[in-house]
Amino acid sequence: MLENFSFRTIVEYLPLFGQGLVTTVWLSLVSFAGALAVGIVLSAMNLQRGWLFRVPAKAYIDTVRATPLLAQLYFLYFGLPRLGFVLPELVVGILALSLNSGAYVAEIIRAGILSIPRGQVEAGVASGMTYVQRMRLVILPQAFKVTIPPLLGQAIVLVKDSALLSLISVAELTRAGQLLASDRFMPAEGFITIAAFYLLLYYCLKGLAALSGRWIGLQPARSST
Amino acid sequence: MIWQQLQSLAGSYPLALRGLGVTVVLSLISLVLGTLLGFGLGILRTGGNRLISSVIGAWVDLIRGTPFLVQIFLIFFILPELGIELDAFTAGIIALTNLAACFICEIVAAGIRSVPTGQVEAALASGLSRWQRMRQVVLPQAMRIVLPPLVGQYVLLIKDSSVVSAIGLTDLTRVGWLVVQRVPNGLLVFFLIGLGYFIVCYPLIMLARRLEQRMGAAHGEVQL
Repeated sequence: MLENFSFRTIVEYLPLFGQGLVTTVWLSLVSFAGALAVGIVLSAMNLQRGWLFRVPAKAYIDTVRATPLLAQLYFLYFGLPRLGFVLPELVVGILALSLNSGAYVAEIIRAGILSIPRGQVEAGVASGMTYVQRMRLVILPQAFKVTIPPLLGQAIVLVKDSALLSLISVAELTRAGQLLASDRFMPAEGFITIAAFYLLLYYCLKGLAALSGRWIGLQPARSST
Repeated sequence: MIWQQLQSLAGSYPLALRGLGVTVVLSLISLVLGTLLGFGLGILRTGGNRLISSVIGAWVDLIRGTPFLVQIFLIFFILPELGIELDAFTAGIIALTNLAACFICEIVAAGIRSVPTGQVEAALASGLSRWQRMRQVVLPQAMRIVLPPLVGQYVLLIKDSSVVSAIGLTDLTRVGWLVVQRVPNGLLVFFLIGLGYFIVCYPLIMLARRLEQRMGAAHGEVQL
């Protein structure tokens, strides 16, 4: 039974958990920035009329979505050295998370842009706007708002996915739990504590998503000038 | 060099097949159990009992807020401390079923909430029992909303099943990990492993997409 659940050991290991939490947060932030960059490029390619950019983007997105992140992570972890890139585990992990999440972000951005009614584009054309002006002044400002809640949802998924990096021995939060579990044979203390930390991050992001939803709802429609 | 590696890989073919078998069986069992449990939970969640609904909501949040890897570790390492002995396969099934049930619960609840109250009231007025209302009026209409994300959830479930390799279950991902120790060509080995998942998942993704289009079209007609 769990009657000898040791809070003292948890307190003793708190600095380790703290370091793990900080690592998880910053590597998630960096990966999310990377995912946004990958997603923007992919969605721009995916929205082209010609097949030259669209087909590779679609193939990439479908491949990423049809295979598990763990297999992708191992593909990079065991595969990159073979191509002559010997990178630290942390960099491989951030790369894998960015490339994986980027495919999902691309779909979110595409859906956001496609959600803008055609009439808006036509009105832009009728007002004599160029393609860039239409994108910048009509479509993107509206699409941006629509994409914020699902992007935050993707951020939640990314933070949770980052736990897999512990399997290539990146010293993040889950790794801290594993260390406590194996050093002291205290799996309950280790894994319940990190679960609590992940929940903390989850509720922060969920609260942010709710806030952004309200902000979007309240945002008055901009009058045209 | 590459020829030797290919030969060595060909020798691992039975192992790979067994790994694929484990992945498919594990996913299939959890998929069936998770769907049943998820529908039950979803119906209870929208059933009107505040307490039950909020307990389910809290549990779903707990599962959605923690990484699946951590959930597997919790089940595999802590249930034995509570006196429940279980092997890696059972632990994997419990973890995957629970995960699927929680996500499907929310999908089903959203579907049920999308059915207009007038429909339920009409069923009430026609003298249908609670069970009849659910089975003959609410669920068939909710399915239109439920089906596309449900299939999408199955894809996620199959992919998440790869995480059970962390507790030593020899599924497809674990096979890749074992083979790459012998054949040092990560690109080739995990390309093949990825291909295995792709063959299983891609048809489901296509199905989800088609369902979405069809259900969306049907929805549009109703709204007109």
